[in-house]
Amino acid sequence: MDKSLARFIWTHTWRQQIWILVVVALSMIPYFMALDLPKQIVNGPIQGKGFEGAGAMQPFLPIAFDLPFIGSVRLYAGFPLDREQMLYALSFVFLFLVVVNGLFKFYINTYKGRLGERMLRRIRFILVDRVLRFPPFYFRRVKAAEVASMVKDEVEPLGGFIGDAFVQPALLGGQALTALVFILLQNFWLGMIAAVIVAAQIIIIPQMRKRLLRLGRERQITARQLAGRVGEIVDGIGTIHIHDTSNYERADVAARLGHIFKIRYDLYQWKFLVKFLNNFLAQVTPFLFYLIGGYLAVRGRIDIGQLVAVIGAYKDLPSPLKDLIDWDQARQDVQVKYQQVFEQFSVDRILAPEIQALSREPSPPLGAPLTVSNLSVADDSGATLVEHISLRITPGERVALVGTPNGGADILAETMARLIWPAGGRVSIGDGDILELPEAVVGRRISYASSDPYLFQGTLRDNLFYSLKHAPLIDRTYEGPDAQLAKWRLSEAEKAGNPPYDVDADWIDYASAGAGGPGDLLIATMPTLAAVDLSKDVLELGLRSAIDPARHPHLVERVVELRAAMRERLEEEGLDDLVVPFEPGAYNREATVGENLLFGAATGRAPSRRELAADPYIAGVLAADGLDRTLYGMGLDIADQTVELFSDLPPDHPFFQQLGFMTAEEVPLYEALIQKLSGKPYESAAAEDRARIIALSFAYIEPRYRFGLLTEEIMARVVEARQRFYEGLPDDLRDAIEPYDPEKYTAAASVLDNVLFGRIGNNQAEGPERVRALVRGVLEETGLYDEVLDVGLDFDVGVGGRRLSVVQRQKLDLARAMLKRADFVILNRPLLALDQRQQESIMRRVLDGLKHEERNPAVIWVVSSAAMARFFDRVIVFDAGTLVEDGTHETLSNGNGTFSTLVSR
Amino acid sequence: MLLKDEVGMLKRVPLFSGVEPGKLKLLAFTSDRVSYSAGQVLFRQGEEGDAAYVILSGTADILVETDGGQIKVAEVEPNAIVGEIAILCDVSRTATVKANERLEALRIRKEHFLRMLRENPEMTIEIVRVLAGRLSTTTAELSAERSRNH
Repeated sequence: MDKSLARFIWTHTWRQQIWILVVVALSMIPYFMALDLPKQIVNGPIQGKGFEGAGAMQPFLPIAFDLPFIGSVRLYAGFPLDREQMLYALSFVFLFLVVVNGLFKFYINTYKGRLGERMLRRIRFILVDRVLRFPPFYFRRVKAAEVASMVKDEVEPLGGFIGDAFVQPALLGGQALTALVFILLQNFWLGMIAAVIVAAQIIIIPQMRKRLLRLGRERQITARQLAGRVGEIVDGIGTIHIHDTSNYERADVAARLGHIFKIRYDLYQWKFLVKFLNNFLAQVTPFLFYLIGGYLAVRGRIDIGQLVAVIGAYKDLPSPLKDLIDWDQARQDVQVKYQQVFEQFSVDRILAPEIQALSREPSPPLGAPLTVSNLSVADDSGATLVEHISLRITPGERVALVGTPNGGADILAETMARLIWPAGGRVSIGDGDILELPEAVVGRRISYASSDPYLFQGTLRDNLFYSLKHAPLIDRTYEGPDAQLAKWRLSEAEKAGNPPYDVDADWIDYASAGAGGPGDLLIATMPTLAAVDLSKDVLELGLRSAIDPARHPHLVERVVELRAAMRERLEEEGLDDLVVPFEPGAYNREATVGENLLFGAATGRAPSRRELAADPYIAGVLAADGLDRTLYGMGLDIADQTVELFSDLPPDHPFFQQLGFMTAEEVPLYEALIQKLSGKPYESAAAEDRARIIALSFAYIEPRYRFGLLTEEIMARVVEARQRFYEGLPDDLRDAIEPYDPEKYTAAASVLDNVLFGRIGNNQAEGPERVRALVRGVLEETGLYDEVLDVGLDFDVGVGGRRLSVVQRQKLDLARAMLKRADFVILNRPLLALDQRQQESIMRRVLDGLKHEERNPAVIWVVSSAAMARFFDRVIVFDAGTLVEDGTHETLSNGNGTFSTLVSR
Repeated sequence: MLLKDEVGMLKRVPLFSGVEPGKLKLLAFTSDRVSYSAGQVLFRQGEEGDAAYVILSGTADILVETDGGQIKVAEVEPNAIVGEIAILCDVSRTATVKANERLEALRIRKEHFLRMLRENPEMTIEIVRVLAGRLSTTTAELSAERSRNH
């Protein structure tokens, strides 16, 4: 990146800038011809000049020049036309020129626009590229939202300016100069007056605009800071609520907005003052022409024709001049913005691009040991975190790093992972400092997991395999129009200085995960998921998701088999009544009345029960045999009993949790409704009230609420209504609901619902837990376990992985650190959210899992409790930032140093 | 069994005899009706207690784990309440309760139970009475056991 914007633009676009200058110059020819033509049309065919005699002809389109010394040269004598013909011919020539001018304009504008957009793309890419290369300590000082606002908003105006950067001044300057020269030629003194005023304009106005620029810069910085603060509020919303500081934040935001307002208001005032002055100067010139020119004319020193020509020529001067001054302001404005951004992104010790160079070659295992020599690390204030640490870890070693609370074991781990840069000494592999080795080596051969992992928004799969995406290893092949598009994308990327990597290519390094390709990646991953105890979580997520039938054809094809297996399993265990299956012609007692009526899953957003009850089609279906009346009566009964039970309770009473069909806030509402409706005939109830009451019936499950309201007769009628519902289903509803079919997969329902195809008995002790265990068993039996796991991996983890629990996130981070099959696996208290017993059981499995690989990597584990060190060959103990003990677990625990005290504590 | 029948059953549990029927209905409504098959365990000794159970039908064994294996200390019948101790004083379950035959029970969640106690002093007094009674029986049994061993 160049410090000067003009040079930056010229370096990257000089060819295009010259081309556009040439095109603009060419476009002047038809432009001036079009200006001249109206005069010819009016004078010639319209006023009849040259067509005086009857049948007079004039040549059309003669090509002739008057050249100096040679005289008149006639290349083409022209085509003789009479007056009327000439009118048509010239008019069509005019139309033709209009089109040509338009096309020129179109081409020039598109060209400039494209040029600007390409440069904008280049700048943005350069900025993000630099963010990727910033040294780690820099991120402790910048706010993410500020960086984002710079990349997104602040460089935006540059795109618009770049196309005009060189063309505009050339064009406008040329126009202004022409007009000025013309005036000078008419009359020297009048020309001088114009020149002086123009000079004043050119000198004074930019001077005054300096203040505008300063204000503009302030506006930019304050707006960026505002973006940073808003980002902080979003990130820290929990803390704000906890401490009741929302009003402090309001005050802060209001103060910032006030400051921004002041700057912007100043800006406006000054801007319009400058404008006023500019306009005044432009208008004062004609005044001088009239006064002085008139005086000269009266005195007979200049003839009137000259004066009129000067005033006429002056008309063309202010507008290009004004545009030129505007251009200059835009230039200074973007220059300031550019410099601002440039300074923010010019960081000391930025990583050299070579360190992050893309490498498609697999990185060979590192045979050399990891050496820490005389390492010191300091924090931002300069306080020492660890010092004088020297140690050596050979491949295949299992090392536990144990530390007192501020011992520094975690700092050492972070330094080994390049998250902190040392203040002195170095960490090296063989002879190479890890900070100087390419990331293609250290990023693949060293893996790291901590208790505070970052997950990107995307699926669980994206995050799990994130550690394998170093390079686009398998190019994606495109066909037909896509190939065209891919080619275009590639060439555009090249023109804007972006890398040619295809984000849609397959970036996963299957070989390093021990898989042959996409087909067996999941199988290769399973042991890792099991080792970190994540399989069950993923399966659970899979069971709760709805799938895309096209992506998981096995599940869809085998769902009938799966349901049968599930039923068989339930019968084997004598648990037939644990799940009550859906049967098309029967009422399912464990489901709500509403579910029994619709007997299907909503394809989009599930409508509320009140919306269902108010739906005219459903109301019609119910009314056909008076079921609406029955359900209305039942709903009134439910409302009555519920209000009686709950009306005295405060809204925060825990009993309300058990009330599935009414919220605490709705109780008084229904109380009023009962008073209004009781004793009145059904017909007199308003449609809205009816819907409210019937909605209660829709939520009713007899075994759960036990009011004794649902008789066999009502159930039979609901089933009949179901039939009616599906018989006359209008098209819009047909797409909104997918009926339950024992022979078919219900795409709108979750995998679990599809396997069960029924409802878990409400009265079954620990029903859901037992069913889940059974489902797991059945999936394993039928070989569909992997498939559901695969579904679970499609789960969207949310922003920063927040839809997963902390435990799940930590397990995921550990899993992906293992997947990479590095030579040095650094684990920095990776499972802090678990209790010690769980941590140890996962630790044992992870150590085992890593050992059984052919490569046998070194494991460097910062343990969260000294007792866990017993699983390791070697233990290194840290206290107050220094290494105090280093030896086998046996020797250290038998000694009486820091470690034995830590263990016995 | 409907809600109102459950209220009738609860009424017959000594602990709830003094509570007004409206409150009992609410308690019944907000409790889960659970059924167990023969041999199924309601809760296990050592687990954390999160609910008390009122037996509506069927019988269950109360089993205690000892070094010598599991011994049956009592059998509970309909209208009995089990598991209330663990939720009263936050200790883990002192015994295992296992259904003998098909058993229906009302599962009263801990927070609901405690809330009921707070709102109904007569219930609390009844609890104290039952517990005191149990304590004296246990003490008597213990001294009898000791004198037998000596």
